[in-house]
Amino acid sequence: MDYYDPKDLKRFSEIGKFGQELMKKFFDYYNAATGENGALTKREKALIALAVAHVKKCPYCIDAYTTQCLETGADPEQMTEAIHVAASMEAGITLIHGIQMHNALEKQGAL
Amino acid sequence: MSQAHALKRKIEAIDRSDEVKYDFYKTLGDKRQELPPLGIDTIQVNITKLCNQSCVHCHVDASPRRTEQMDLDTANRCLEILGEHKEIKNLDITGGAPELNPHFDRLVREAVKLGKRVMVRHNLTVTIDGNPVTGESKSYLPRFYAKNGVEVISSLPYYQEYFTDKQRGKGVFEKSIRAIQLLNAEGYGREGSGLVLNFVYNPVGAFLPAPQEGLEADFKRELLRKHGIVFNNLYTITNMPINRFKQQLKKLGAYDEYMTRLVNAYNPAAAEGVMCRSLVSVGYDGRIYDCDFNQMLDLEITGNGEPMTVFNFDYEGLIKRRIIFASHCFGCTAGSGSSCGGTTA
Repeated sequence: MDYYDPKDLKRFSEIGKFGQELMKKFFDYYNAATGENGALTKREKALIALAVAHVKKCPYCIDAYTTQCLETGADPEQMTEAIHVAASMEAGITLIHGIQMHNALEKQGAL
Repeated sequence: MSQAHALKRKIEAIDRSDEVKYDFYKTLGDKRQELPPLGIDTIQVNITKLCNQSCVHCHVDASPRRTEQMDLDTANRCLEILGEHKEIKNLDITGGAPELNPHFDRLVREAVKLGKRVMVRHNLTVTIDGNPVTGESKSYLPRFYAKNGVEVISSLPYYQEYFTDKQRGKGVFEKSIRAIQLLNAEGYGREGSGLVLNFVYNPVGAFLPAPQEGLEADFKRELLRKHGIVFNNLYTITNMPINRFKQQLKKLGAYDEYMTRLVNAYNPAAAEGVMCRSLVSVGYDGRIYDCDFNQMLDLEITGNGEPMTVFNFDYEGLIKRRIIFASHCFGCTAGSGSSCGGTTA
């Protein structure tokens, strides 16, 4: 059996077993932030969430937000662009740390 | 055999375990809803299962290999019913590709003469492909529609090639665009022309449709920008978990997940507006059903123990009937609802 069982996503609310009040606050906040049109549309929010799901490598979120993207009218081209944004951000974040490497090289008189 | 017993046998024929698991009558009971008929303002006639396409979602299982056709007597009887009943204001002609029935043109012309609003479920590509069996050209259709003031309702799964061809077959998007441009050239979709061109979106997969309003704005913007195309309205329709689409879901192991999504998204307001409350569906052989989906599942309406057909048509009996519901009805009541005219809530 896979470590991540897709059916487990439906059990999310069980996390509230030992702290129901906090989970309620979390779900209210989560639903308000992701599930309603605001300054961003639900589709834009779904595309952001899909990108984050890939960066954080969450299989539950990738499944859920692939569906959410489709059900808010996004298409595979837009979804692919969203994960390219995520991937390029990750690459950029790795590369900008090269400045820290340069700082360290400088300290050692190697630059 | 009693009507209840006959119905039970048919429901079992669909798939008993699915009907137990996804019990529409139980949901109606839980919500204290009954959904009796409100009247009949539309007759939808499915005049052929022949089609130049074989779409993966098609609930009719239409294709170039099908041979079922409504004959002239049955088509004439449909026209008589329209003439006899002023309450029935609309004729909605579907298929297959309805234009491939030899009596199609006559049916349209005569219904227009009766002063009825005539809608045709036009797949667009038949204008380009013609009849897949005889090779007969159908290029006259845009002008024919315009001349008769037909309301054209066409499937276009997306404003891009990828989703459209995935659902309807390779090359369908490009041909559809050409056919729409021909309709636009006749005035369809243009303000002030009075010629109505509506598109139908249904999801390319096991997910629910996006909100109709937002998607319509996307379709209008992108089709105008890329192809110079204009149209009136976009109807979003949920894929019905029957026939070809159900087989596809079962093959993907996604049937139960899809049904659960539909059941969880049950919307009582959408249920109040289901099309079977104001429409009856006529099969190619004249039999009458609550809707095109029930027709494809052979859930026919009976009267005095006999199947009701256009030849023993009983308006009063029909508006007093009990509509036959089954698990697929969750497709019409999920979210914003789904009907041949788009959302219902």
